[in-house]
Amino acid sequence: MAYFEYQNIFTQVQVQGEPEAGMEFTDDNILGGKRYGDGGFSTLAGWLGNAQLGPIYLGWAGLISLATGLAWFNIVGFNMLSQVDWSIPEFIRQLFWLALEPPGPEHGLSMPPLNDGGWYIISSFFLLISVMFWWLRTYLLAVQHQMGKHIAWAFLAAIWLFLVLGLFRPILMGSWSEAVPYGIFPHLDWTTAFSIRYGNLYYNPFHALSIVFLYGSVLLFAMHGATILAVSRYGGDRELEQIIDRGTASERAGLFWRWTMGFNATMEGIHRWAWWFAVLTPITGGIGILLTGTVVDNWFIWAQEHNFAPDYLEPYGYEAYGSYEDFGGIARGEE
Amino acid sequence: MFPKWFDKWNDDNPTNIFGPAIAVGALGGAIFVAAMIVAWGQPYATAAQQTGPRGTGMHVQEFVSDLEAGDPTVIDYYTDEPFVPEEGEELAGDIYENVQVLGDLTDANFNRLMGAITQWVAPEEGCTYCHAGAADGNYADDDLYTKVVARNMLLMTRNINVNWDAHVNANYEVGVTCYTCHRGQPVPNNVWFRVGQVNSNAEGWPAIQNRATMTSNFTSLPSDYLEHYLLEAEDGGYNQIAVHDLESRVQQQPGDPLIQQTERTYAFMNYFSNSLGVNCVFCHNSRAFYDGAQNTPQWGTASLGIIMVQEMISEYLLPLEDVYPENRLGPVFGDAPLAACRTCHQGYQQPMQGLNVIANWPELNVIDGPPDYSAWEEAASE
Repeated sequence: MAYFEYQNIFTQVQVQGEPEAGMEFTDDNILGGKRYGDGGFSTLAGWLGNAQLGPIYLGWAGLISLATGLAWFNIVGFNMLSQVDWSIPEFIRQLFWLALEPPGPEHGLSMPPLNDGGWYIISSFFLLISVMFWWLRTYLLAVQHQMGKHIAWAFLAAIWLFLVLGLFRPILMGSWSEAVPYGIFPHLDWTTAFSIRYGNLYYNPFHALSIVFLYGSVLLFAMHGATILAVSRYGGDRELEQIIDRGTASERAGLFWRWTMGFNATMEGIHRWAWWFAVLTPITGGIGILLTGTVVDNWFIWAQEHNFAPDYLEPYGYEAYGSYEDFGGIARGEE
Repeated sequence: MFPKWFDKWNDDNPTNIFGPAIAVGALGGAIFVAAMIVAWGQPYATAAQQTGPRGTGMHVQEFVSDLEAGDPTVIDYYTDEPFVPEEGEELAGDIYENVQVLGDLTDANFNRLMGAITQWVAPEEGCTYCHAGAADGNYADDDLYTKVVARNMLLMTRNINVNWDAHVNANYEVGVTCYTCHRGQPVPNNVWFRVGQVNSNAEGWPAIQNRATMTSNFTSLPSDYLEHYLLEAEDGGYNQIAVHDLESRVQQQPGDPLIQQTERTYAFMNYFSNSLGVNCVFCHNSRAFYDGAQNTPQWGTASLGIIMVQEMISEYLLPLEDVYPENRLGPVFGDAPLAACRTCHQGYQQPMQGLNVIANWPELNVIDGPPDYSAWEEAASE
């Protein structure tokens, strides 16, 4: 294989054959829970992951989550559609602009009229149930598979940030109007306005920590993915086997980093690094959001009080650095 | 096609040329592009105007081609030096009937200004745009609404030049004339109307935002910021443009600025930026938008501009609502067309790139009484 076939961003090896169905279904075997569908294969899916699609296990938690999630999705969608007078072309044109907004501040924590945030409250209730039951599903499925609960706890870290934004902080602030709108551009507007309103969120140390862990996650993910791909010719992609039976792939990967930066993770440790960095991103971020407007109202001034906002001594205004004539202005005396 | 020895050599030496060809092609292409950029220059060259201390990233960025192109309407600006009045020269108010604003001008300057206004506002329509009986020599009648509006606009222009000197002549004399807004068109391009709710089946906060509108500059921010900040509120004052707490920790009170006001302010500031062709850091150090000590002098000029526009609207533009015919009124509320930053600035830091438009027009730079022609008197006596 030429290098450009091997160093491909898509998975190069995929297996297609008889679908793998998992354990037999028996009443006394919890691992054999009821699954739906027979399973099939998709080459497209195989480029990204396993080529086999299905069968899928639904379960009561999954069904509740899907039903309430669909209710949220429909309430948001039909509200957007009604905002453009039920015009499908307008709905498509304005889709990225439209939103289901939380109520105005005048309604506090009361139940507002349906067309002034009421639908938002109702849909948020469904979304809350949906997300929590999906979390329960990740937990119960881990139990059924006799796995650790790492995925459920990591998901709960993300849910913490979600709950801070939409539930805990609005209650502490005394108004549902503090919640984030459901819309593509509108939620971005909210994010910017939130930062500006509270004097620049970049001076919030928990926001800073969250960014550290976010960027750290990205870096770790890239380093780990690259390392394993680079030693997969020695069986490095069999990571779990390499943890307990270290082979030349692990040796080479470890040596590479130890010689490069004096320290290296292990086949096990790198996954703990990645898990903690990922989990700490929303945990620290959620703390930062929860403190904003409740404990600290202007992060820039807070930063000045804690001596980490630098002063600049040079003047403000372009006159100190040039003139308008240098930058498009009509020169004086020419008119 | 090829000689035998060549085909034989190829058969004996099989080589995959595609891999190296792609690599060499990509590398060679990159080198070629880099060489062209070095040799011919950046095709989309930009220039920057520093607006604050180094290290803060405070600068306004423009394409050099845009700077060189400039405002296309500048070239069409009509201007003409005044005629210095003779001693005892008869005034327009005495010669003509129904001259309410410009009565203190001499006949020559009066007609000079009338001609200029035609060039500035209605070059295609001509005198009859305001004077229905112009063909018959009847200029006195007020039977066209345009004439009534124009009279009010003259008062407004004088008020801006004299009383808002600190805004329109903040850096040096620029001033305004009819052309600053009109640019040769009877209805200026950048007037605005109230839009109110932009979304159907919604009330309150959700109703006034989240639509790509002209007013929202195609963002999903609120579309009602101009009417919210520039029109008088119900209590007779103006809504405050402030979104921050000025201490790190404050006891929140009902009515304190909320995130909604921040979004509306953001929409307004976005309008400012687009109107002036600048960005946030032309006026603010974006790390602390609220902090006056980190604002540029331009922030002060712009703040004056807000108050100026509020006065223009309440004293000169809103009272004309009953004068306009229906086709000049707003599409939603049937309200009078209003002005704000963009109506004059039209994308430039200073309208018409800072051209001194008032220099030759002392008639528009006086509240009442005769204009000040002293600059030309000196020139004439020399």
